[in-house]
Amino acid sequence: MTDHILPKRVYYIIFGILLLCTYLTVQIAFFDLGRLNTVAALVIAVFKAILVVLFFMHVKYSTRLTWAVALGSVFWLAILFVLTMGDYLTRGWRTYG
Amino acid sequence: MLPEAAQHAHHPALAHQFDSLAQQREAATLGMWVFLVTEVLFFGGMFATYAIYRAWYPEAFAAASHELDVMLGTINTVVLITSSLTMALAVHAAQLGQRRVVLWFLAGTMVLGAVFLGIKSVEYYHKFTEHHVPGPGFQFEREYFRHAQLFFSLYFLMTGLHALHMVIGIGIMLVMFWWAWRGTITADYYSPIEISGLYWHFVDIVWIFLFPLLYLIGRHGP
Repeated sequence: MTDHILPKRVYYIIFGILLLCTYLTVQIAFFDLGRLNTVAALVIAVFKAILVVLFFMHVKYSTRLTWAVALGSVFWLAILFVLTMGDYLTRGWRTYG
Repeated sequence: MLPEAAQHAHHPALAHQFDSLAQQREAATLGMWVFLVTEVLFFGGMFATYAIYRAWYPEAFAAASHELDVMLGTINTVVLITSSLTMALAVHAAQLGQRRVVLWFLAGTMVLGAVFLGIKSVEYYHKFTEHHVPGPGFQFEREYFRHAQLFFSLYFLMTGLHALHMVIGIGIMLVMFWWAWRGTITADYYSPIEISGLYWHFVDIVWIFLFPLLYLIGRHGP
């Protein structure tokens, strides 16, 4: 739980990193990296999301139960994506005939 | 304020089913997180839909994305990240029991949320005048006409539901402002601000993904 009170400095530092990442993600989008454009955009977005969850949302300092529930969202989301994509992206595959 | 011993016996903010304020706080945080998991999956379904159609029609999606205003999108991203900072600082002030600081940061968060919605409505207005709203009036390059409508349908659905969450968020902050104003929020009892903050940050995270996926694809194209 957040009985642990963070120094204000932490919030400003995270804010600075988030702004920097926003700048980076916009800049990178204007270079043609092929498929890597999407990968870079998603990597930066995930990194930003992790910072928000850990520091702004205090999960870093929360109980293990909160950690489990927060990670649970990623787990269920992974099931949603893997099973859905497993269907849609393989419809063109021909294994017989 | 009650004397120390009496507070432990019965703090006015302590509900009878909890042993302590700390336990009550833990339960509130956990409950909010369980709700946020359902929200992750709610938006997850839309992101999955986006992923499928983008994988099927990459050129049409890139061409349609090119019609969005990167400048306004970037400004809005900065506005929303800043509102997350003011929210985090509001929670911080609430933990320290600084009532006036809480009020200022909550007000700042609401103003930034309103600025975001204002810029968003300017963007929507542009889309209407440019005939980029899916339906009978839709106009786009012939080649991508049908599939660009898919992109714009997803654009309006996803940003629209995100904006709805922002409106609800501002409503929650109004209630928090009222509670902080009348003194319900104290250093002992700040979980309402804390879990409202969790909601606000979650809505920020949704935008962190929406921004690159909607505005930044196909920027390097011809």
